[in-house]
Amino acid sequence: MRKSYKMENLDCANCAAKMEAAIRKLDGVQSASVNFLMQKITIEADPERLPEILEKANACCSSVERDCRILY
Amino acid sequence: MKNFNGKQKRCLSRIIVSAVLLLVIRIIDPPGLWGLFYVVPYLIAGYDVLYDACRNILHGQVFDENFLMCVATIGAFGCGEYPEGVMVMVLFQLGELFQSVAVGRSRDSISQMMSLCPDEARVLRDGKTEIVDPSEVEVGEVIEIHPGEKAPLDGVVLTGESTLDTSPLTGESVPRPLLAGESVYSGCVNLSGVISVRVTKCAEDSSAAKILEMMESATEKKAKTEQFITRFARVYTPAVCIAALLLAVVPSLITGQWQEWIYRAMTFLVISCPCALVISVPLTFFSGIGRASRSGILVKSGNDIERLADVTAFAFDKTGTLTCGSFRVTELRPTAISQQELLEKAAYAEQGSNHPIARSIVECWNRPLDRDRITAQTEHPGGGVTAQVDGKTLLAGNHRFLTENGVEGVPDSAEGTTVFLAEDGVYLGEIRCEDTPKPEAKEALTELKQLGVRRLAMLTGDHRSVARRIGDQLGLTEIHGNLLPGDKLTILEQILDSNRTGTTAYVGDGINDAPVLRRADLGIAMGAMGTDAAIEAADVVLMDDDLGKLALAVRTAKRTIAIARQNIIFALGVKLLVLILGALGIANMWLAVFADVGVAVICILNACRLMVQSREQQSS
Repeated sequence: MRKSYKMENLDCANCAAKMEAAIRKLDGVQSASVNFLMQKITIEADPERLPEILEKANACCSSVERDCRILY
Repeated sequence: MKNFNGKQKRCLSRIIVSAVLLLVIRIIDPPGLWGLFYVVPYLIAGYDVLYDACRNILHGQVFDENFLMCVATIGAFGCGEYPEGVMVMVLFQLGELFQSVAVGRSRDSISQMMSLCPDEARVLRDGKTEIVDPSEVEVGEVIEIHPGEKAPLDGVVLTGESTLDTSPLTGESVPRPLLAGESVYSGCVNLSGVISVRVTKCAEDSSAAKILEMMESATEKKAKTEQFITRFARVYTPAVCIAALLLAVVPSLITGQWQEWIYRAMTFLVISCPCALVISVPLTFFSGIGRASRSGILVKSGNDIERLADVTAFAFDKTGTLTCGSFRVTELRPTAISQQELLEKAAYAEQGSNHPIARSIVECWNRPLDRDRITAQTEHPGGGVTAQVDGKTLLAGNHRFLTENGVEGVPDSAEGTTVFLAEDGVYLGEIRCEDTPKPEAKEALTELKQLGVRRLAMLTGDHRSVARRIGDQLGLTEIHGNLLPGDKLTILEQILDSNRTGTTAYVGDGINDAPVLRRADLGIAMGAMGTDAAIEAADVVLMDDDLGKLALAVRTAKRTIAIARQNIIFALGVKLLVLILGALGIANMWLAVFADVGVAVICILNACRLMVQSREQQSS
């Protein structure tokens, strides 16, 4: 299932690319794409595991950029 | 200043305080160990950079720009260059601030561009109007749209008359009259009267939502240039860092001048972030896509922009693309009766038929028809119609249809589209109809040729002679007539084969030629407002059916690619130059900071040129 979420405080384009790479590697994620301009993330993953994946994805984001988070 | 947010304002005041302190200390110029006072402005300007650097190392982010900046500035301190270490941090923060403001502004422009749909709909429920979110309105409900409001949902007008400004969707500035029974698409502006509209699609499926979704996902499918940049960015930072390390160690071992070479290596670290490229190229593509959509041209991805800029061959569907798709009576050839009589009889026979040719005849007659005179009417698909008018049997149709029904003396003219008429078995005459080229077609095709398109082919199922006449009129280079739907694909493949060096685009209405649209390098669907099938099948969608938009689309794509190239060359060129100058000891760290963040800001502004222009165009 594909779902898009808004993000906040995504300030650096290179960081967005890093987040994308890290989230793609998460277990259970089929595809992920971070849209720097729209401040949006689209994740394709198993719907049942989505809450757990989102939590991990959020950790990926804040580890790259301190106050960046996914709004879900 | 007023468009700064809280975070940016705090950042700015820190930069100012730090810069002033730096200046004061520099004037006092404390001797020896007192130089450690410089740590105060340094920390004020860059404490968060230090904090993030430490934190990110714990998270395993080694080549993080914060970390590199810290190494560079602390390195400068280590070399005894205290003021420079502070200044670099201040400039870095200032650059980041500018960058953040520039990004924020381009985000604003984007969201402005994408504000197609209003947030509320006025729905009629139990005889009262309620204002609700468009997503809460169900299909079949009735909404009211007042003058000056944007249509929140797609629907059909029930009551009221108005004019509709479709420019948010199509870029077409001339308003369209709107009558009951006609369709309204979300995003269009109701100009004059109050209309009530029965909703035909839920908010998710509405025209505006489809367009927004397309624009958002356009940036996900990355163009080749963008992919190159992403790959490049991945190796760039580590490569520059390794080069910095080598520069710090190798010459120092040889010459023994550690301080000098470490300082030079620090300039490398400052430029090692590929941010300018990573932001500016996708932003350029996005601006290009956004600008095109403002003119009613939807481009589905950055990739398609690249292909559009590179188009050398166009194949066109004829009917509805090059021509208006509506027939017009061009000639009346009666045998024994007057032209008026021939037309009148034909109009009575064809009345009630929905065939485009039949409608053109009725339209040409253009007088009220007395329905009582018609007692029966039958349509024979692929042949014509039979009708009982004033007690007589009228036959109207093609040559084969009349001959099969025993009419004699029907002339066999293969030219054009002809309707033959007979009354009680006696041949009366023929009416020729023609599909006329769109008024702007010739000019549009000439413009395409000027943009470097070498081949303009027309593919049509119509008779070869008809195709040739229109083709010659418009200046097409190739004309393929008498094609069955399957043949179009074969011809297109031939063109694709012989046009390997550039893009081959196919332009059609997207309804009955979806396979051809998909097969072409670039499928362009015209007049697509409200037709989902065409939007699905094509790579580029023109919302209205103005052929002039084709050249506009190609021009916009070429400009976008040009700006993307400028940004790449500028960013890489400046960085490379500063790297070389840095290695030679000519460039100092300040210049390096400019090469890092300054270039990024300039590239962002350059990319935004596309969007800014689109706004001017709109107001004119």
